[in-house]
Amino acid sequence: MKENFYTMIIYSENFAGILNQITAVFTRRQVNIESLNVCASSTPGVHKYTITCNCTEEMAKMLTKQIEKKIDVLQAHYFTDDEIFILEACLIKVSTPHLLENKDVSRIVRMHGARIVEVNPTYSIIEKKGMTEDILSLFQRLNELGVVLQFVRSGRIAVTKSTTERLDKYLEEMERMRSHPQPLPKEGEKRG
Amino acid sequence: MKQRISGAEALMRSLENEGVDVLFGYPGGAIMPTYDALYDHRDTLNHILVRHEQGAVHAAQGYARVSGRVGVAIVTSGPGAMNTVTGIADAMVDSTPMVVVCGQVGASVMGTDAFQEVDVIGVTQPITKWAYQIRRAEDVAWAVSRAFYIAKSGRPGPVVLDFAKNAQTGMVDYEPAKFDFIRSYRPVPVPEDEVIRQAADMINQSEHPLVLVGQGVELGNAREELRQFIEKGDMPAGCTLLGLSALPSEHPLNMGMLGMHGNLAPNVMTQQCDLLIAVGMRFDDRVTGKVETYARQAKVIHFDIDPSEINKNITVDLAVVGDCKQTLARVLPLMKECKHKAWLEGFLPYRDKEQKCVIDSAIHPTEGPLLMGEVVNAVSEATGHKAVLVTDVGQNQMFACRYFKYSEPRSIITSGGCGTMGFGLPAAIGATFGAPERTVCMFCGDGGLQMTIQELGTIMEQHAPVKIILMNNNYLGNVRQWQYMFFNKRYSFTPMLNPDYEKIASAYGIPSRTVVDRKDLDGAIKEMLETPGAYLLQCAVKEEENVLPMTPLGASIDDMLLEIK
Repeated sequence: MKENFYTMIIYSENFAGILNQITAVFTRRQVNIESLNVCASSTPGVHKYTITCNCTEEMAKMLTKQIEKKIDVLQAHYFTDDEIFILEACLIKVSTPHLLENKDVSRIVRMHGARIVEVNPTYSIIEKKGMTEDILSLFQRLNELGVVLQFVRSGRIAVTKSTTERLDKYLEEMERMRSHPQPLPKEGEKRG
Repeated sequence: MKQRISGAEALMRSLENEGVDVLFGYPGGAIMPTYDALYDHRDTLNHILVRHEQGAVHAAQGYARVSGRVGVAIVTSGPGAMNTVTGIADAMVDSTPMVVVCGQVGASVMGTDAFQEVDVIGVTQPITKWAYQIRRAEDVAWAVSRAFYIAKSGRPGPVVLDFAKNAQTGMVDYEPAKFDFIRSYRPVPVPEDEVIRQAADMINQSEHPLVLVGQGVELGNAREELRQFIEKGDMPAGCTLLGLSALPSEHPLNMGMLGMHGNLAPNVMTQQCDLLIAVGMRFDDRVTGKVETYARQAKVIHFDIDPSEINKNITVDLAVVGDCKQTLARVLPLMKECKHKAWLEGFLPYRDKEQKCVIDSAIHPTEGPLLMGEVVNAVSEATGHKAVLVTDVGQNQMFACRYFKYSEPRSIITSGGCGTMGFGLPAAIGATFGAPERTVCMFCGDGGLQMTIQELGTIMEQHAPVKIILMNNNYLGNVRQWQYMFFNKRYSFTPMLNPDYEKIASAYGIPSRTVVDRKDLDGAIKEMLETPGAYLLQCAVKEEENVLPMTPLGASIDDMLLEIK
C-alpha cells in the first residue's frame, strides 16, 4: 500500500504525560515521527500537537483512532498537505568572516527570502520561515559553501483549511452531553 | 459537609463511596499510611491479604469478571507495583474493570531513585486505560472517582492510581466526588439511525448469516438482547473464548467455540457464510487464523463499543459503534423473522465429524490413561453445568473451555489475550468473593499452578472455596504439543519434575485426592463438590496428549487438523 506524508493534528487536555502516550502509539505501530510540535491552542486548557509522519492512509486512520482512545485526548485527525496551511522555521548560524568574503552567501540568503537577524564579528544568524523544501534548499546551498556552524529546523505547525472548527464543534457537543450525561453501565446483573 | 482528614482516610471513604466492599492487597513501606487508615474500615472494606502482588491483581480480575463490578487491588511502591504489571496488562487486553492503587515515595524525593521508587506511571501508561499519580491529598476524591468511572464505563479496563506517600499523610477538607462525565472521553458512542437501518437491511438480505459472539455481550449485559437477535433472524452463532458464556452452550443456535482450538463447524462455516455479524469481539488472530483468507466471501458487520477496534484486523462493510445492549435492541424491530433451515443444517456434518473424530474419544475414552477432556466433562456434568469455570493457561485451558458447558452468565474466567500462566488460582480466589453463592471450579496444569501456588495460603486463610482440578501431565503441555508438531519433537525444557501436590495441599489444610484410574474419577469429583470449602483434585492425565482440533499458526481458519499424523 502507498505511503503518504501526513500531518496529524491532535488536541488534548493540558495534563502531564499525554505526549508520552501519543508517541507510544507511533512506536507500537512502528511509524517514525518526522517532526513534532506541541503548544497551547487557542482554547484555554487545550494543547495542540502537530505531528508529521510517513505511512499508509489505513495506518494514519488507525493511529488517530488509537490516539483518540486515550482518555484525555480530545481529538485526533490526519491531513495531507493540500488540506492545511503549513509553516516551518529554521535558524542557521554562519561564520561572519566567510559571509563577508563570499558574495554568494548574501545572494543565496536574498534568493530564499531569508533574514539576517544577528551579525557580530564571529558569527551571523540567518532566519527563514517557509515550507520544508525551501528551508532545506537554503541550508543545502549554504552548507555547500562551507559556512554553516549550526542549523536547526522547527517542527511543522499547521492550521486546517476547513471552514468549520472541528474542535469547537466537538467541545460544544460534549458540553451539551455534560448537562445530559449518559447513564453509567449497570453493575453485574443479579443472577436468579 | 467537609471534614478534615488524611489522604489515606480520604481514599478509604472514596472507595466506600464507589461501593467497594472487597480489596485484594499486600502492604509495604510506601502504602503503610493507607493500610493504617484501612485498619479502621475493616467492617466495610473486606481486605484479602494475598501472598504475592500478582495474586492481588489476578484475584481482582476474577472478582470483576464474575461480578461485573470493579476489582480493586492495593499494593506498595516499587516491587509491589511491578508485581502487578502482568495482571494489569492482562486486564487491559481482556477489558476487565479494575483499579490498582499502589504506594509511591513522597513527592519531595520522586525522581531521585529513592528506596522502592519505580516510575509506575511510565511503566503502566501503555497497559492501562488511565494511569494517574496522586501527589496531593486534595486530589484523592477526584482521582478515585475518575478512576472508577473510567474503569467501568465504555469498554472497561484497568486504571492505576500511583499514591504518593505525602498525599497519603497530607490533610484535606474531604468532600466526596462523583464523575459521570469527562469531556475528552465518550465511553458509549451512539450510532445514527441510518447505520442501524443499514445493519438490519444487510441482515434481512443475508441467506447465510453467522454471528460471532464476544465478551462485549457479557460486559454490556446484553445476553438477552443477543438471544432475541439470533432467534429472530434464525442465525447460527459461534463464541470467542471469552464470550463462551454469553450464549448458553445448549442453545440450538450456538454452534460452539471459534478459533484455533475451537469447534470445526463455526470455523468452516465462517468461510461459507455470506454475512458475518461480529458482536463485542475484536477479531483476535487466534480467532481469524490467516487474515488474508478470513471470510473473504462474506460481508462483515461489526458491533463494538470501541471505535479503534473497527478495521483494526479485519476490514468491515458496516460498523455499528455503540453499546451492544442498545444497538442490538435497536436493530431487532427492523429485522424480519427468518428461517435458515438449510443453512443451519449445513453445520451438522461438521459437528458430527468433530464429534466422531475428536470429541467422543476425548471425553469418553474407554482405555488408556485419564484424559483432560474427560475430567472437564465429568466436572461440568457433576455441577449441572452451572459452575463458574476458571482456567489457567495452556492445554488445560483449551480442554476446559472446549468441554465445559455454560448455562449461566459470566461463567468463564480465563486469560484470553494475554495468556498469563499462573492466572487461574488467584483469579479463582477472586471469583469466590465476586460470586459467593456459586461453585468455582479452577482447572490448571502442573506448570501454571506452580507459578502462583503461594496463593494456597490465601485460600487457607480466607477459607475460599476454590475447587482446584489439577490436570497433571508432568509437562508444560501446550509448548510440548507445539514442539511435537512444529519442532521435530525436540522437547526443549518442557518435561517437568513435580512435587507431591497432595502434601502441599495438606500443609495448607486443603483436602485433596489423586485420581489415576478412570473408575475413580466420578467418585472423586463427587467428594470434591460435597466437601465444604477448598479442595485439590489431582488427575494424573495422559502425558503426551494433544489439543485437537487445531488450526496451525498461519493457516486459514477452516484448515483445521482433526488428528496429528
